[in-house]
Amino acid sequence: MNTPIRFQIDGVEVLAEPGQSIMQAADAAGIYIPRLCDVEGLEPQGSCRVCTVKVNGRTAAACTQPAAADIEVENDTLELTNYRRDLVRMLFHEGNHLCPICEASGRCELQAMGYRLGISQPTKYPYLQPARPVDASHPDIVLDTNRCIRCGRCIRASRDIDGKSVFGYVGRGIDKKVGVNGDNLLATDASIDDCAIALETCPVGCIIQKGMGFYKPIGERSFDHQPIGSNIEGNRSGAAHREETWRQGEE
Amino acid sequence: MSKRVIEIDPVTRVEGHGKVTIHLNEQNQVDEARLHIVEFRGFERFIRGRLLWEVPVIVQRLCGICPVSHHLAAAKAMDIIVGADRLTPTAEKMRRLMHYGQVMQSHVLHFFHLCSPDLLFGFDADPSQRNIFGVINAFPDLARQAVMMRKFGQEVIRVTAGKKIHGTGAIPGGINKSLSLTERDALLKDIDQMLSWSQGALKIARDYSLDNLELVQHFATFPSSHMSLVREDGALDLYHGNLRAIDAAGNPIFDQLDYQGYHQQLVEEVRAWSYMKFPFIKSRGHLDGWYRVGPLSRMNTAGFIDTPEAGNAHRELKALTQGQPNPMTLANHWARMIEVMHCVEKIRDLLHDDDLQGKDLVVKGERREEGVGVIEAPRGTLIHHYKVDANDQVRFCNLIVSTTHNNEGMNRAVAAVAKQYISGEPRVTEGMLNHVEVAIRAYDPCLSCATHALGQMPLEIELVDASGQLIDRREQNRR
Ligand code: FES
Ligand code: NI
Repeated sequence: MNTPIRFQIDGVEVLAEPGQSIMQAADAAGIYIPRLCDVEGLEPQGSCRVCTVKVNGRTAAACTQPAAADIEVENDTLELTNYRRDLVRMLFHEGNHLCPICEASGRCELQAMGYRLGISQPTKYPYLQPARPVDASHPDIVLDTNRCIRCGRCIRASRDIDGKSVFGYVGRGIDKKVGVNGDNLLATDASIDDCAIALETCPVGCIIQKGMGFYKPIGERSFDHQPIGSNIEGNRSGAAHREETWRQGEE
Repeated sequence: MSKRVIEIDPVTRVEGHGKVTIHLNEQNQVDEARLHIVEFRGFERFIRGRLLWEVPVIVQRLCGICPVSHHLAAAKAMDIIVGADRLTPTAEKMRRLMHYGQVMQSHVLHFFHLCSPDLLFGFDADPSQRNIFGVINAFPDLARQAVMMRKFGQEVIRVTAGKKIHGTGAIPGGINKSLSLTERDALLKDIDQMLSWSQGALKIARDYSLDNLELVQHFATFPSSHMSLVREDGALDLYHGNLRAIDAAGNPIFDQLDYQGYHQQLVEEVRAWSYMKFPFIKSRGHLDGWYRVGPLSRMNTAGFIDTPEAGNAHRELKALTQGQPNPMTLANHWARMIEVMHCVEKIRDLLHDDDLQGKDLVVKGERREEGVGVIEAPRGTLIHHYKVDANDQVRFCNLIVSTTHNNEGMNRAVAAVAKQYISGEPRVTEGMLNHVEVAIRAYDPCLSCATHALGQMPLEIELVDASGQLIDRREQNRR
């Protein structure tokens, strides 16, 4: 049996199994580190940087950074919260995230992250307003990449779990987006039963299951009553303290 | 006589803007008076390519004032497209509840907040008193009732649509929630109060009309055809039915017309001076084919009202014109309060119906490519027409909103009042111009909606003399 690794997150002692990332150890300890591209069940990709923490004073992505003995991790600080706010804001500005008319509203992780981080106003960045065509060719699935945040979760799910590689990145830099392995979705072997198509895989409203829109009434959606991350924080004591620090510096 | 046409640049007017121009000749007689609404048809393009189930949620953004009407009209069109020809009782009744809540709160807002200052203080009363704050000061109980009634209506919307504005309740083929017992009981607790306040509001509107009969009979009164949905037995039905149009004498022009074929009877005409279309009834031609819609028109087309209190009030209103169609613009207020009474009676009946707690929420059938949804919105008939391709994407959209149907009627009302109150007057006062606004207000135009742009509903009046000189201009933001 391996000896557990001991380290600290915001002064709280945390135990990790060897090989675990900081994120995994934090999750097990009931400490929430915000994230978008990482999701349980898929290999971490380390691309959104919303999970940025400070390890002994240097920034690192908690989802890919291995836990190590005696490191001191900062997570819940105003400085990091402000970094995360900026990253999330940029995502809002790069796509068309019109929450009031989007069927993912209420279960959307981007929206929920915005709320949790206290982003409530339009910001300094310009809106890029992409006008990419919606791919509705498949009988059961729609792809609206105007809402894509390039988290790559569908890509990994399709490749590593479904064994299909329906999705992949195309383009570079600001033009990088998710494309499909064919002229359109109909030309791929995507299926409604794929893990890549499951509602939990796409964090936003980019991959849509046809005819599901707005079936869940307001009040019964994932984040209607509890903020994103609550499932990890569970009943951990100090919830009041948590609320307070998360709301710091809210604009 | 020299005349000048005032040009309006539409680019600066895309927010939804109403403007009246009044042209005077050398004798200070009104030559011409028109209501201009700059219509911005961006929406019909924007919706193209979107997915059919998104439409009832997206269209609500057309208008911040009457979102529920658009939500339901679009959902009804999508019912046709997904082949849901008959909704489950729970779905239909939840939607009806939502709609009655919406009509009630919209009418209450309009009557108390927008119109009561004119009615309570007089059309040319001091403008510093003739506003909602004046009403609150002089009639605090009335103002409080209005607020509470509106709140009740919004609460009905919230528990049916999920939110007070821009909810998601109506989905293609049904509804996404039923009414919980807690939600029902919270509304039932207030329903008796709402019934008695509605009786009070109805009495105010009725008494106003009868006490000022001379004014009501002659202010912007003109014959016209009328159109609305009616139930199969001819009763008033705000949520569903077939189209009925009658002429000024009450003779049917068409009756029990399935609205899927509305375009066989209604044509939209474009006129050079307005960006808003003028719909008319094809068989009557473009000169005589115009008609009015809205509360008074519904009183005229409906054979009866199936709830007791509103039914009695309807009979009394009809008796005023010996059963003939009522042509008086100002009678809209009375009609509106009859509808508030009707809605509250309907809400009461629905709250006692346990179909609202049902579990069967959605039905589907054979897919169609095209669907029309029509509803009697607070301001009148609202038509949504869509074509959707095999991939579920919208390919075509046409909307005819209540305010557009009333375009010609409102123009006639403006012209009538301008001639009656401004012609020949050496000096034009604020009070005179307010008469023009009173006439427009009686139709409760939703300029925001008619222009298909979200936002304010500013109204601007320009008075132009014979030499083309602008002699007066007033502007106000109504909301
Ligand atoms: S969650 Fe770690 S980089 Fe996205
Ligand atoms: Ni409107």
